[in-house]
Amino acid sequence: MVDIFGIPSTALFGQLLIGLINGSFYALLSLGLAVIFGMLNIINFTHGAQYMMGAFAAFLLLQYTGLGYWLALIVAPILVGIVGMIIERTMLQWLYKLDHLYGLLLTFGLALIIEGLARNYYGSAGLPYQMPEALVGGYDLGFMRLPIYRAWVIAASLMVCLATWFVIERTKLGSYLRAATENPTLVSAFGIDVPRMITLTYGFGVGLAAFAGVMAAPIYNVSPQMGSELIIVVFAVVVIGGMGSILGAVVTGFGLGVIEGLTKVFFPEASNTVIFVIMAIVLLVRPAGLFGRRP
Amino acid sequence: MKSLLSCTAISIVLAASSAQAQQTTVKIGVMSDMSSLYSDIGGAGSTAAAKLAIADFIKSNPNVKVDLLSADHQNKADVGTGIVNKWYDTENVDLVIDVPNSGVALAVSQIASTKNKVFIVSGAAASDLTGPKCNANTIHWTYDTWMLANGTGKALVKTGGDTWFFLTADYAFGHALERDTAAAVESNKGKVLGKVRHPLNTSDFSSFLLQAQASKAKIIGLANAGGDTINSIKAGAEFGIVKGGQKFAGLLVFASDINALGLATAQGLTLTETWYWDMNDANRAWTKRWQTERAAAGKFPTMVQAGVYSGVTHYLKAVTALKSAADGKAVIAQMKKTPTDDPLFGKGSIRADGRKVHDAYLMEVKSPAESKHPGDFYKLRATIPAAEAFRPLKDGGCPLVSG
Repeated sequence: MVDIFGIPSTALFGQLLIGLINGSFYALLSLGLAVIFGMLNIINFTHGAQYMMGAFAAFLLLQYTGLGYWLALIVAPILVGIVGMIIERTMLQWLYKLDHLYGLLLTFGLALIIEGLARNYYGSAGLPYQMPEALVGGYDLGFMRLPIYRAWVIAASLMVCLATWFVIERTKLGSYLRAATENPTLVSAFGIDVPRMITLTYGFGVGLAAFAGVMAAPIYNVSPQMGSELIIVVFAVVVIGGMGSILGAVVTGFGLGVIEGLTKVFFPEASNTVIFVIMAIVLLVRPAGLFGRRP
Repeated sequence: MKSLLSCTAISIVLAASSAQAQQTTVKIGVMSDMSSLYSDIGGAGSTAAAKLAIADFIKSNPNVKVDLLSADHQNKADVGTGIVNKWYDTENVDLVIDVPNSGVALAVSQIASTKNKVFIVSGAAASDLTGPKCNANTIHWTYDTWMLANGTGKALVKTGGDTWFFLTADYAFGHALERDTAAAVESNKGKVLGKVRHPLNTSDFSSFLLQAQASKAKIIGLANAGGDTINSIKAGAEFGIVKGGQKFAGLLVFASDINALGLATAQGLTLTETWYWDMNDANRAWTKRWQTERAAAGKFPTMVQAGVYSGVTHYLKAVTALKSAADGKAVIAQMKKTPTDDPLFGKGSIRADGRKVHDAYLMEVKSPAESKHPGDFYKLRATIPAAEAFRPLKDGGCPLVSG
């Protein structure tokens, strides 16, 4: 067995793979944030709460309607997305003309309210959610055991990220959307309902958060504070990738997952700090982020 | 504003007639985590437990008038001390109880001592409260880190789990739990093969588990709590830790955590508690009343909440005997002098260092097939008698003992 920096190579491969898996979560979450920021210029601090709502929706669907994991993957994001659209129509739309700070404050306040309500009704300890039968078990890769569920997480996350990137960067709908971000007045002059498009985009971004929440439910503790623990890291990912850059969010998400995974081996105490160290360095060297378009 | 607004004064209806000449008035404050990660362990459930204790007590002692306050310390020592200072100084609170956070509890204990009031700890874990930091105004009621470490650690080593790897939450509580458990393991001829310290509130433990797996230790000791413990065990099930022959030892696990994990994931986990709702008829009957009071039919009380009931009951007995709650040290001395006896913890006693001692129970989480009804979580593996369950009096380094 070959040692790399005193760590057996097999263990290192395991950690790299785990880093990729965690990175796929970061990518999925930061993707939604990037879409919302890039298209709507809103810093969506409710994202963590919406991720939590996705996991809760999965639990409630199973509890009250008997709807299992696979259907919840589709239904929960739609439900949470609708809640998001209501928030956008009733509150956020009045803030587009104001400074970013107002949107940030509003969404942050909403996140606290949503978390508080969830805690009030369901307590803080968390809710049980079992893994679907088909995904229980694992493959023996020789250097580690890869749980089937984690493999599925990577695959699903990659598919969703690619699909989103494709729709926004390569289709007509995406080009309308990008045009509407640049110049809403001109685009609406062509007969396109810009406000509705913005509402749907926000709903889509929120849906992505909820999708990540359902993906997380079988492997992480489903509790009201699950989102607030993650959201700060995800924001760091988006800032490093470049605010609003979709490709940046995805690539950075995977990359930072790997870096964090390696930190957990070499210096575990620093594993939740390392991302912020990188963020500080990136901001010093490239203030717009690694893939940011504007300086 | 934050802390003051959350103080809700709840007056307990008293049956005493106005003709009663000698009336003792007592004010009790339940301070807990009402809104965050420990709110299921203590929180509103602790207030409900205190209400039940008061209601039971005034039934047979109608000449005692008890007022109950509650507040949220938000797990911040400054918020907690602010509330307690105000309670003791301007609201004439005589007893503060619960405080599920070792940092806040250590601070409150100091205040109780300076102002000569009474402080009963149910929720906090640090064994230092009856060790170097003990004082004559504080009683540690339900459990502590030494007892958890000794209960689970010793039992597992004796049943063959003689090599350990620790996943430790990287702050004072985790370090204390790891230190106490490692000592228990080594003194029983076990070996600690390694440890990894993870930041508080880590969501993904797979990386750490891989390191634990590589260590080949028979037991993976979880020196963490709440969400961290739940996430470790969930990931462990996924990565086949238990199937691979390794075993988890939950060093601080509450019934509410088992509920969050689900039995399918948690089965086989060994842990130590001092009170379990489904242990006997008295506990089950009390649980029903607690659920009604708490307005939460599906929830099950934790040992911390039961400890609040037991602590309030014994405190009121002492105050009634003295006919006054004014002198905190005198009340505590009275409490230490009288043996404890209540429906939940049975007979017990309070030692000179402020440690309440009672039996502890080594539990194993049932499999879904073994569980017959909601909340049927544990099977009893061993009862650790009161005399062995807690740290020997002489080892704590408490000045009240040596001096």
